[in-house]
Amino acid sequence: MSDPTLILRVRNLTARIATRKEEIHAVRGISFDIAAGEAVGFVGESGCGKSVTARAIMRLAPEGTSIALGGSVDFMGQDLLQLDEKAMRDLRGRRIAMVFQDPMTSLNPVMTIGSQIDDIVRRHTELRGRAIRQRTVELLNLVGIPNPERRADNHPHQFSGGMRQRVLIAIAISCDPDLLIADEPTTALDVTVQAQILRLLMRLREERGMSLMLITHDFGVVAGMVERVNVMYRGEIVESGSVERVFAEPAHEYTRALLHAVPRLDTAGRVL
Amino acid sequence: MSTVRAMVDTAGSQNPPADKRQRLTNGQLLLGLGIAMLAVLIIVTVFAPLIAPFDPSKTSPNSLAGPSAQHWLGTDSIGRDVLSRLIVGGRTTLLITAVAVFLALAAGLVLGLLSGYLGGMVDEIIMRVLDVVFAFPVFLLAIAVVAALGPTVPNLILTIAIVYTPAMARVVRGPVLSVKEWDHVEAARSVGVSELRLVLRHVLPMVISPIVVATSLTLSHTIFTVTALSFLGLGPPPPDPNWGGMLSEARQFMELAPLTVVGPATAIVFATLTFIVLANGLREVLDVGSWR
Amino acid sequence: MRLAKKRPTDAPLLQVRDLSVVFPAQRGNPPLAAVKGVSFDIAPGQTLGLVGQSGSGKTTTGRAILQLQKVHQGSVELLGEDLTKMSSSNLRRMRRHMQFVLQNPYSSLHPRMTIAQTLTEPLRVHRSVPPSQMRERVAELLELVNMDPAVMHRYPNAFSGGQRQRIVIARALAVNPDFVVCDEPVSALDVRTQAQIVTLLRSLQDKLGLSYLFIAHDLAIVREVAHKVAVMFGGRIVEMGNASQVYDTPAHPYTQMLLNAVPIPDPIIQRKRLRLTPPEFRFSADEDHDGPCSHGENHVRTGTAPWHQIADGHGISCRYWPPTS
Repeated sequence: MSDPTLILRVRNLTARIATRKEEIHAVRGISFDIAAGEAVGFVGESGCGKSVTARAIMRLAPEGTSIALGGSVDFMGQDLLQLDEKAMRDLRGRRIAMVFQDPMTSLNPVMTIGSQIDDIVRRHTELRGRAIRQRTVELLNLVGIPNPERRADNHPHQFSGGMRQRVLIAIAISCDPDLLIADEPTTALDVTVQAQILRLLMRLREERGMSLMLITHDFGVVAGMVERVNVMYRGEIVESGSVERVFAEPAHEYTRALLHAVPRLDTAGRVL
Repeated sequence: MSTVRAMVDTAGSQNPPADKRQRLTNGQLLLGLGIAMLAVLIIVTVFAPLIAPFDPSKTSPNSLAGPSAQHWLGTDSIGRDVLSRLIVGGRTTLLITAVAVFLALAAGLVLGLLSGYLGGMVDEIIMRVLDVVFAFPVFLLAIAVVAALGPTVPNLILTIAIVYTPAMARVVRGPVLSVKEWDHVEAARSVGVSELRLVLRHVLPMVISPIVVATSLTLSHTIFTVTALSFLGLGPPPPDPNWGGMLSEARQFMELAPLTVVGPATAIVFATLTFIVLANGLREVLDVGSWR
Repeated sequence: MRLAKKRPTDAPLLQVRDLSVVFPAQRGNPPLAAVKGVSFDIAPGQTLGLVGQSGSGKTTTGRAILQLQKVHQGSVELLGEDLTKMSSSNLRRMRRHMQFVLQNPYSSLHPRMTIAQTLTEPLRVHRSVPPSQMRERVAELLELVNMDPAVMHRYPNAFSGGQRQRIVIARALAVNPDFVVCDEPVSALDVRTQAQIVTLLRSLQDKLGLSYLFIAHDLAIVREVAHKVAVMFGGRIVEMGNASQVYDTPAHPYTQMLLNAVPIPDPIIQRKRLRLTPPEFRFSADEDHDGPCSHGENHVRTGTAPWHQIADGHGISCRYWPPTS
């Protein structure tokens, strides 16, 4: 990679998703960069291709589909689309980690939280024996789970939605990834819990200097969290820029329409 | 431009990407085969007297004969044409099966809908009673009832209907339990739709697919049960032919005339298979597997 | 077409008093009081926004008002008649005055009924339109929600989420109701569609004089539609007042916490908000603690409801006030 400050350089990425019924051209040749330590937001409505973009970088097909990718995804000098499956599997979770919207389906309901994190730690680090559990407890503590030693022995259903999302974030950061992709990480959560999770993500990013790719439909979520925003519409990036610029002077008509539709708490409500 | 085919590799998803077109074709093929087989059964059953080359009850001195141009499947121990008996006997067996399953379906539908939709005490009582029936092995129960009431065709039908009702009721009750909580049912209720209409118009149509599949499977089981009971001498009384009875008679002369066994055995297998193929075809086409 | 019974013109359309819902014990879990003594009024043509986090009891309150959920205690008077004491046939008759719009437009339409069938069902149930005029009425309803009447013979799967929600609203309006419970009517929709549906609901209110109970977790959406707002927590209303009172001068710490958590689509403001550490609140959930509340009043001794009027039409519960110490 020419520019050493970039960790991700995506050029002309396309993704076609084949479901049982049809083939969808979900991502239509998008290009973007993410610098080391930078947070970039992807905003758009459902079906705009923002989630598929994230999965394309991870080379994961949405469930029950297959995905055909084109273009290049240059991650720290390697084109991820050229890697073999084994190398890719090794990279996933270790260098690039992902947090999904629904924290329940991403956890194994019959395993304790602790043993699920243990497995990841064992797979991706050199730690062995009791050091593994120590690391697990440390991670749970890091994401703000009270009594981590005891809570490690709980099953997912004993955790609230917000706590489960914290666990997933713990798993995601367990290997100190260079890039964390968060796909609607707070959409299923209550507003106060959402604020907690956003604060947690912000803190972890600052402490670890990791890059963040934040995917959301909510302009409010993206506003305080990222430096740059890419607005997606029908598989394309229609606007890209610093978060201040995009919010203050949206250039694209679609961005303006979206921002205009967002209900705001701080401006006047219903005219009585 | 390079293109990579990536496969799913997430902890959460176990099933590999399925090719819908492939699966649909398989389902439709199965269903088509099942329908064709069913058509054969129905045509033979309906037009049995016209198709059968001989009077199935007419004896002749030519007993236990092998296949010939005249008697394609040979004759039985008292010289009756095996093919004709097979064709006419199928009528009895399949009629008993069809009526019994129809009754079980009707009873199961009513009980399952009541139980699943009303819930609470009604559900408790119905399911407890059905559990008692369900707890008996099918054959034991059938043998006991038929032995007690006597081996007539109506008794046989009634017995089999009773035996299969709990299973049908369960097939109906399960989905009803979840469908009645669905939003569109709640929405209809909030509009003021009556309970009866809610059940028939808003709940029942959503559970039809699993019921259709289960009915087809039950038909295949029932054919087997009917022939087995007849084989044990609890079927329709002689001299009218039926498959189970024919098998039972032929068994005594199996060493002399093995072909007399093959005829009814093949017919039973064919009929049973018909409904299994049909059920699997329906399951695929109606997409019961992915039914939420 | 109101009920024959004479009502004073200034009476509220809906009057909920001391409403409680208890879910019976199940599989070893003890009975759960989901709604505890909720009271409020809704005036004709007005919207009450009911906000709260998941599990606060707001949806159960909505279902209990519509008698889709068994009421444990309290009364629900619509047009002066107590719904909780009604026979089921009278209740079905009353349903033409109150309707329901559910959250998920994908599941609240019968997938195997055409739009026309769905829209005529309430008309048939309440015999409000002669069969010869059904078609006309269906077309009229679709036009009311800004849809092309030509689509009436299609099935729900032909429509997007926003279009389906329009159809759901059309069904609710079919029998000319006075009152509609909207339970998270836009939370399953994209932001632009949300705005369209909210605009539609407001214009329908102006046109038809409807009253809404608008249940939502999204405080920003509620601000756009509600005249009055009630904040629920743990099955109780902790603060209620005019929209501007609750949003601009929230008095209860729980309301303040909720409002502070709502992200604001402005990078500079939102960044600052995220930097603030939220205060930890310890609610005294104690049912009948014998001692002064945060306002210095002992409600157990004086026998008054733990509710404090802090301005005209603006009140808060002191039950969940943090202990003064």
